[in-house]
Amino acid sequence: MSAADAGGAPPGHAGSGPGAAGGPPPPAPAHTGGRPALRHRLAERGVDRTLLLAAPGVLFLVVLFCYPLLYGVGLSFQPQKGGGALANYRRFFGDPYLRGTIWTTLRLAVPAALVNCLAAVPVAFRTRAPFRGRRLVTTLLVMPITLGTVLTAEGLLGYLGPNGWFNKALLGIGLVDHPLDLVHNYWGVLASLVITGFPFSYLLTLSYLTGIDPSLEQAAATLGAARRHRFRYILLPLLAPGLAITFCLSFVLAFAVFPSAQLVGDPRGSTHVISIEAYQAAFQSFDYSMGSAIAMIMAAVMLAVVAIVLAWRSLLYRGATGGKG
Amino acid sequence: MSHFSTLRLEGVARSFGAHRALAGLDLEISGGEFIALLGPSGCGKSTALNCLAGLLPLTGGAILLDGRRIDRLAPERRGFGMVFQNYALFPHMTVRGNVGFGLKMARVPKAEAARRVAEALELVHLADQAHKRPGQLSGGQQQRVAIARAIVLEPRLVLMDEPLSNLDAALRLEMRAEIRRLHQRLGLTTVYVTHDQEEALSLADRLVVLRDGRTQQIGTPEEVYATPANRYVASFMGYRTMLDATVVTGGERPLIEVAGTRLTGQDRDGLPAGARAAVAVRPEDLDVTEDAAGGGLPATVEVVEYHGRELAVQARLADGQSVHFRTGSRLAPDDGVRLAAPPERVLVFAPDDTPVPASAAARPAART
Repeated sequence: MSAADAGGAPPGHAGSGPGAAGGPPPPAPAHTGGRPALRHRLAERGVDRTLLLAAPGVLFLVVLFCYPLLYGVGLSFQPQKGGGALANYRRFFGDPYLRGTIWTTLRLAVPAALVNCLAAVPVAFRTRAPFRGRRLVTTLLVMPITLGTVLTAEGLLGYLGPNGWFNKALLGIGLVDHPLDLVHNYWGVLASLVITGFPFSYLLTLSYLTGIDPSLEQAAATLGAARRHRFRYILLPLLAPGLAITFCLSFVLAFAVFPSAQLVGDPRGSTHVISIEAYQAAFQSFDYSMGSAIAMIMAAVMLAVVAIVLAWRSLLYRGATGGKG
Repeated sequence: MSHFSTLRLEGVARSFGAHRALAGLDLEISGGEFIALLGPSGCGKSTALNCLAGLLPLTGGAILLDGRRIDRLAPERRGFGMVFQNYALFPHMTVRGNVGFGLKMARVPKAEAARRVAEALELVHLADQAHKRPGQLSGGQQQRVAIARAIVLEPRLVLMDEPLSNLDAALRLEMRAEIRRLHQRLGLTTVYVTHDQEEALSLADRLVVLRDGRTQQIGTPEEVYATPANRYVASFMGYRTMLDATVVTGGERPLIEVAGTRLTGQDRDGLPAGARAAVAVRPEDLDVTEDAAGGGLPATVEVVEYHGRELAVQARLADGQSVHFRTGSRLAPDDGVRLAAPPERVLVFAPDDTPVPASAAARPAART
């Protein structure tokens, strides 16, 4: 499978292929037994030499994802302090402080994902048609991805802090008497999550939106539907499945919040999120087993929320949106 | 059932940047008429339709419905039905939902809406498909849904944008007849955009032939077919043979010289003697002549296509120009033939296109 066999050989061609797959193709399909050859029956099910192309990816997944995941699962059931396989989980759900981190994290991640999705729709709506300077606007909108969480956090500390521009401006125009507490608390983390999460949801929403044939809205218009009705009855139903996916991805990103909760939040109090607890268990108390258990709980909560959203999505129309039905 | 007596387009123009897609279309449509906008892609016909629908703002001119300007009205307030080239059916709604959408927007009471949807589906023979989604239908059925959706509102004007271009040949003929039948039955004023001259000729009461955003000719199918206004319209109307010629003597029936042979033709552009000319003849008007005196254009057969009852032949004149004709006699490549056509079917045009005088073009047909 080296670059040397680029001379017309199929991409999966390799001497080490399974069975006879590496040999030259048989001269004619063997119809001796009345059944097509095994090769053809396998090809029918999508098993042929090009499947080998997937090998590096599968290997990568197994080594870097499946093994660590299973190792972590195993570890979480072997508590360091003894007490049976479920001791870590019992401890987590038995302690209101630990248990509460789930709620603390959900309280951040769900609103952040919602705000990201809801803000992305109108912005994507406005920027979907080509206009002068569209590239500049989309670049600016996507910029926060490149900044990274730490830089965003630093910026927020300066900008939203008691002596930052934002509070100075509010004080200057007399809207408030005292600087607002916007950092080192819940709001700072939420702002950070929105800033870093918005570009993802915007890009996703934009691609879903541009996948909807514009003539559908034109058709609705000629049928007497005003702008808001076109949005309500045509665009929104076609966009909703995409929005569900966007919400899930934004939510997962936000649920794993760690740097901003630590830097612009109040990591000992209102933004003591579940990832901080996992970190502390594993790397401050050196209880890897407990850390793994918390990570598993984290994954379970994320999966539960995603499952709920996807279950709702399965009730929606998810077919083609290209106009031809 | 038409709700207006005249729809007037006055110099309707649309530019995209520096490109003039439509340069001043003048047209008067009377209620109940079937108008076809005809031309190749890029001629401005779809632009004209979108301007009428309100999907594209005009950059010049006005649209008047019984004297009232409507060109600044939003599409949803014009009350025109539109059938899109790709049908633009709402994929997430059933056939019934699609057809009923306009009625729902118009807040027609549910019972009445259901009755009208059923009627419209009956009309396009889709009553048994009402519960399906557009994705489950064939192209022809989707087309019928699109038509039902547009006509269920009994619009003042139905706009059709190449509705048959995505269908296969047999289905296209069937749907063409269907559209004609619906128009005869409902009498809805229709503006139909197409690049297919046969479709336009067979459906429309009047044709508007467009080229590069300019009107070339407006007339009944008979007028446009028999007396095309210029060389361009002629070539679009199936005058496949287009020959360079010189006028020998001018007049109503000029004598012209093509490849060293003299013919009598029908003057269309008032060319004087000595002028260069373009001669247009239809394949079915050219015939192989058995003139013993040696009359007619000598040509050598190049390509013979079997078309059932007759042969379509491409031949070459002495000076290399090609001619197309149809014949019932057996011919083979390299056969020498002599071709002749009735003088009134040999149209003599100026070689380059001259703009059509507007007075000759904008004339509403006196039809019921």
